[in-house]
Amino acid sequence: MEPINIIDSKTIVLPFTDIDTDQIIPARFLTTTTKEGLGKNAFADWRYDAQGNVKSDFILNQPAAKGCAILVAGRNFGCGSSREHAPWSLLDYGFRAVISSEIADIFRSNSLKNGLLPIVVDETAHKWLLANPGAQLHVNLSENTLTLPDGTKVKFPIEAFARYCLLNGVDELGYLLKQADAIGKFEQKASA
Amino acid sequence: MTAKTLFEKVWEQHEVVPETVDTPAVLYIDLHLVHEVTSPQAFALLNEQGLKVRRLDRTLATMDHSTPTDPAEIAGRVPIRVASAAAQIKQLEANCKAFGVELLGLDSGDRGIVHIIGPEQGATQPGKTIVCGDSHTATHGAFGALAFGIGTTEVGHVLATQCLLQRRPKTLAINTSGKLPAGVTAKDLILAIIGKIGVSGGTGHVMEYRGPAIEALSMDGRMTVCNMSIEAGARAGMIAPDATTYEYLKNTPRAPKGADWDRALAKWNQLRTDAGAKFDREVSIDATSLEPMITYGTHPGMVLPLSAQVPDQPGDPVFKKALDYMGLQPGDALKGKAVQVVFIGSCTNARLSDLELAAQIFNGRKVANGVRVLVVPGSQRIKREAEARGLAKIFTDAGAEWRESGCSMCIGMNGDLVGKGQYSVSTSNRNFEGRQGQGARTLLASPATAAAAAVTGRITDPRQFL
Repeated sequence: MEPINIIDSKTIVLPFTDIDTDQIIPARFLTTTTKEGLGKNAFADWRYDAQGNVKSDFILNQPAAKGCAILVAGRNFGCGSSREHAPWSLLDYGFRAVISSEIADIFRSNSLKNGLLPIVVDETAHKWLLANPGAQLHVNLSENTLTLPDGTKVKFPIEAFARYCLLNGVDELGYLLKQADAIGKFEQKASA
Repeated sequence: MTAKTLFEKVWEQHEVVPETVDTPAVLYIDLHLVHEVTSPQAFALLNEQGLKVRRLDRTLATMDHSTPTDPAEIAGRVPIRVASAAAQIKQLEANCKAFGVELLGLDSGDRGIVHIIGPEQGATQPGKTIVCGDSHTATHGAFGALAFGIGTTEVGHVLATQCLLQRRPKTLAINTSGKLPAGVTAKDLILAIIGKIGVSGGTGHVMEYRGPAIEALSMDGRMTVCNMSIEAGARAGMIAPDATTYEYLKNTPRAPKGADWDRALAKWNQLRTDAGAKFDREVSIDATSLEPMITYGTHPGMVLPLSAQVPDQPGDPVFKKALDYMGLQPGDALKGKAVQVVFIGSCTNARLSDLELAAQIFNGRKVANGVRVLVVPGSQRIKREAEARGLAKIFTDAGAEWRESGCSMCIGMNGDLVGKGQYSVSTSNRNFEGRQGQGARTLLASPATAAAAAVTGRITDPRQFL
């Protein structure tokens, strides 16, 4: 995984609460055996009608969305299923970070493992971000900060080990494999 | 000794390395359930890195999500209709063969929905840590296991190391009082709990369901409750094992036998929250006053007693968007609303007692004109048992379709779909937009409420038939 530290981008705002993973990527696109090329299916039922025509009134289909790497969403983003296809599709679409006041557990964990930054901010910052689509933001992971256009810095929490892995491009599996001795001892003790 | 919760006991027994400020715990996984949709990329990772599956004896695969339920497709008389699903099924077969993973595949009489076969096989046991690349893994918590859904990267981690990196979640007690009234089921109880705490009310927590209303439930009912823990955002849901649990497990194929059973029982009897143990949060719910519940919106927290009217939340555009999708207005009565599809199935409600309850209502009645009814047993074992007991005949005589086991219309990956704009009373777990098909309008309810809707063509209080 490539190291991540700085993200500079304008925001796209989806102001809905409880956006579930079936909206992020509908289940009919999960009959794939790879991770690639899922960006075209991100928010598919909001971007396209049943005939596959682009819904021009949806924000992701408007010119302002072009090149935006930060998605701001209503509270409880990513609830529902454990499909990792959700962060895979958002990353392939071009997003690098998701901001909300609350992010569902499994989606957050899946995002961290793929380099999509799940940023949880306080209610005040969240409200401002929802009300100001297109805001130019600066994310600095090494400082745990998000800088608003007026220079205000907003701190965000992120699990320490996941942060270390993201900053250094370290793969968590490598770390787990290095625990082989401890795992072996645990198994011996458990079967004794 | 410090008083501990059930969760804390199971967690601490599985810490290979405890968590620190800088690093999460290395948590040992006793049972890893694998299915066709969330595993191919994980097996690919193992292939890329030249890794093996660490514990084949703790890994069990089946196919359910994108797998057909049409008997002709299963028997190979016609090709699998969804070509990409067929490829996914083949990929799981190939991966299991290459890595040596036990697969309850298309031709296995033990195949079924992953969260139904784990308990049915007795692979699910009290005190185990159980994971699967599926958020409804919480189901297994009904046995006092710590069971939760994981993503595909983590599926790879568990395949390769039998461990996961995890931060210790918080605990939330759901304290029930009283007894569920007649005709009000475990599904109604969990829908009421989700309605009360909200779809993110359990985020970051493991819930423990406690109290007399839970203790009175069968294992099937307890699984229904734990299954939907994720719909409240919780990592997992747990219920302390008791005589009901042991009775269920005793004769399952993979449960310990003889002296091993006695040893296991002694250990399992310790798995209850100690008096005085502290939860991070506690919520109470009185079962006595509950009615049959039904959802009216686009997440499981938008739920009401069946006799209620659609509420209003003026000035809330998200609420309005949900009602627009559902074709409902504030003030609309739910009871009497015409429906076009009824689905009885899924890891929430496709066990034998669910089918028995539905059959009680179908018996001697016909499916209402213009309603399509799909009854999909949770496993091939349940299918055979339902056929032997005459339940399947009751369904087909009534005019319902009787299928092979699988996730089917809960997720619609195999072509079992609800049409655009159709109302579907479904015993499944998610009423998200498009979940059962593009534009489908899902109303989540119990098997009794679903069966009552099937025979009347309308949302109907099932208690008049019971």
